[in-house]
Amino acid sequence: MTDTALTPSRSSLNPFSGLFSGTVGPVIVVVAAILAIWYIAAVALNTPFQEELYKRADLTDVPISQLVTDTLAQERPVLPAPHQVIVEIWNTTVEKKITSKRSLVYHSGITLSSTLLGFLIGTTLGILLAVGIVHSQVLDKSLMPWVISSQTIPILAIAPMIIVVLNAVGISGLLPKAMISTYLSFFPVTVGMVKGLRSPEIMHMDLMHTYSASRLQTFWKLRLPYAVPYLFTSMKIGMAASLVGAIVGELPTGAVAGLGARLLAGSYYGQTVQIWSALIMAAILAGTLVALIGLLETLTLKRMGMVR
Amino acid sequence: MTPSTQASTTAKRRIDMAALLAWFIVAMVIAGLIFPIFKPDLGVMDVPRLSVCLVILAIAGVRYELGFMRNRIGDVVLGLVTAVAAWLLIATASNHAGDAKAGFWALTAATWASAWLFVERLATWKVGSPFARRLVNLAIPAIFGITLLVIWQIVVTGAGVPKVLLPAPSEIWLRLTSSVPTLWADFRQTFLKAVLAGYVIGCGSAFFVAILVDRIPFLRRGLLPVGNLVSALPIIGVAPIMVMWFGFDWPSKAAVVIIMTFFPMLVNTVSGLAASHAMQRDLMRTYASSYWQTLFKLRLPMAMPFIFNALKINSTLALIGAIVAEFFGTPIVGMGFRISTEVGRMNVDMVWAEIAVAALAGSLFYGAVALLERAVTFWHPSIRG
Repeated sequence: MTDTALTPSRSSLNPFSGLFSGTVGPVIVVVAAILAIWYIAAVALNTPFQEELYKRADLTDVPISQLVTDTLAQERPVLPAPHQVIVEIWNTTVEKKITSKRSLVYHSGITLSSTLLGFLIGTTLGILLAVGIVHSQVLDKSLMPWVISSQTIPILAIAPMIIVVLNAVGISGLLPKAMISTYLSFFPVTVGMVKGLRSPEIMHMDLMHTYSASRLQTFWKLRLPYAVPYLFTSMKIGMAASLVGAIVGELPTGAVAGLGARLLAGSYYGQTVQIWSALIMAAILAGTLVALIGLLETLTLKRMGMVR
Repeated sequence: MTPSTQASTTAKRRIDMAALLAWFIVAMVIAGLIFPIFKPDLGVMDVPRLSVCLVILAIAGVRYELGFMRNRIGDVVLGLVTAVAAWLLIATASNHAGDAKAGFWALTAATWASAWLFVERLATWKVGSPFARRLVNLAIPAIFGITLLVIWQIVVTGAGVPKVLLPAPSEIWLRLTSSVPTLWADFRQTFLKAVLAGYVIGCGSAFFVAILVDRIPFLRRGLLPVGNLVSALPIIGVAPIMVMWFGFDWPSKAAVVIIMTFFPMLVNTVSGLAASHAMQRDLMRTYASSYWQTLFKLRLPMAMPFIFNALKINSTLALIGAIVAEFFGTPIVGMGFRISTEVGRMNVDMVWAEIAVAALAGSLFYGAVALLERAVTFWHPSIRG
């Protein structure tokens, strides 16, 4: 910021300055740069294997253009090119029937359902804990340190055990995976809501006091509305964490179904294109879910007249 | 909670939690007296140790109800009674594993309630010296944690939960102490090699990229939204790819850790570098300080709270990344490897021992970063208090 203020003449000399002064231009450039690096890396990483192939086929003096197109069209490349991944995603989403085991939509649906279930339980739990912590001094002092330290435990490490053990008891399917999502998503919600429920100023609390409002009334009319923006912010983090939990939760079940299973199966059989397509699909899913919460946030805050 | 709101809430409290808990203790003790304790129809009087437990709990509960010795000495006595009762319950449960009946659970509930009552009383202590206050503030969560462990132990042994499902803390401790060499080898492989290397490289490179990005406003505008998006993505999914590229040993895990820690650090450092106020920057300009002087004397110190926030987030992410990456392939050592194989062999106590090590390592790592933060950002309002 200081730099631009000091040298205003530099930007005016640049003919493209108007185009790139906002956010959209730079973001497009950065994304294009990432794609370009991806292509170059794909060529570079796939070349050794391709040269090996040429040597076996006794092909010498292969032109560079041939080499490049070949490296970008391998069946099991070290790094698949973006267009290969896009074609794979297209083939496994639009071309396949949704009920097919090879359809990415089917696998995403399974991951999505456990993500949402875990997120729902986690958010509810987080809100309840936050309400307890805000209203009880003992809970605040005794529970809050444990809520924080619960996240220093690499919970994902327990994921396989929770799944296998619950399977042994006869609980299988959605719930074990959702439990891992719950564990990961309750924390941001608790911390955010505690902060939010305590965000009303002393003046406002005192005003409620002069109205002789009960704690319940103070909660519904003052604390909760104040906490809503915090809730949405932490729900976004919780949703992302919840998806990670669901994906990792699918690993130990032995690659049955879900995006995590696609990742595991892909790594077993060296199907890099499949891994990347599952990864991109997970990214799209995460982006969509977070954007949906963002949309809900805008609508709710607008309705409440709290748009900042 | 600010002092004034605290005062108003305590004044308005309609439910006296402490009295409620004391009543609950008394009710549970009576239930323990009526219902059978252990399976072949043993009453509480047939088990001497449990009758002692019942009597002291009853006295503690009734004493509080009558308002006798509602002071610190009484509270300390209550704590001692709780500890003795818990010890008696644990000792008896191990002799009658899996035979517990309603009376036993009533006594367990009474012990739990008296632990809660003790914490409730402890929270109201007004201690003068700051050291003692800190001690009390540490004791409350510690007692909560110990209570959880004790309840876990009593429930698992009392109800005879199969070891495959959930081992008792004592069994986990036994396994932990008896297999230190294995655990140490795993710890070295996963934490000392993969996590630390990945954490240092990931955070370090992100830090330098952030300074570079901050220098060029165009990059900052372009990279920040992308970085924010990437932080929300399930990056852990790159683990199989990294294992494919860098082999089974620790470098592939370090690579996962680098990717996972890079973006939180980048985003936080960039927004931290923008945290200094215009007034402060103007002051630096009136001093005719160069870019680097402004960076080192104003903007980096101002960015420290943000940077440490990222370092703390990353300390957890790094451990998770390394352990999960090991699920996709490892040499025959490592915490993630041990967890996934021992689960397969149904050695659940070993898994829990490994988790205890991971939790300890994660907490210490986080604690170390937090201590460093206190030392570096001593000037920040949240530290000065």
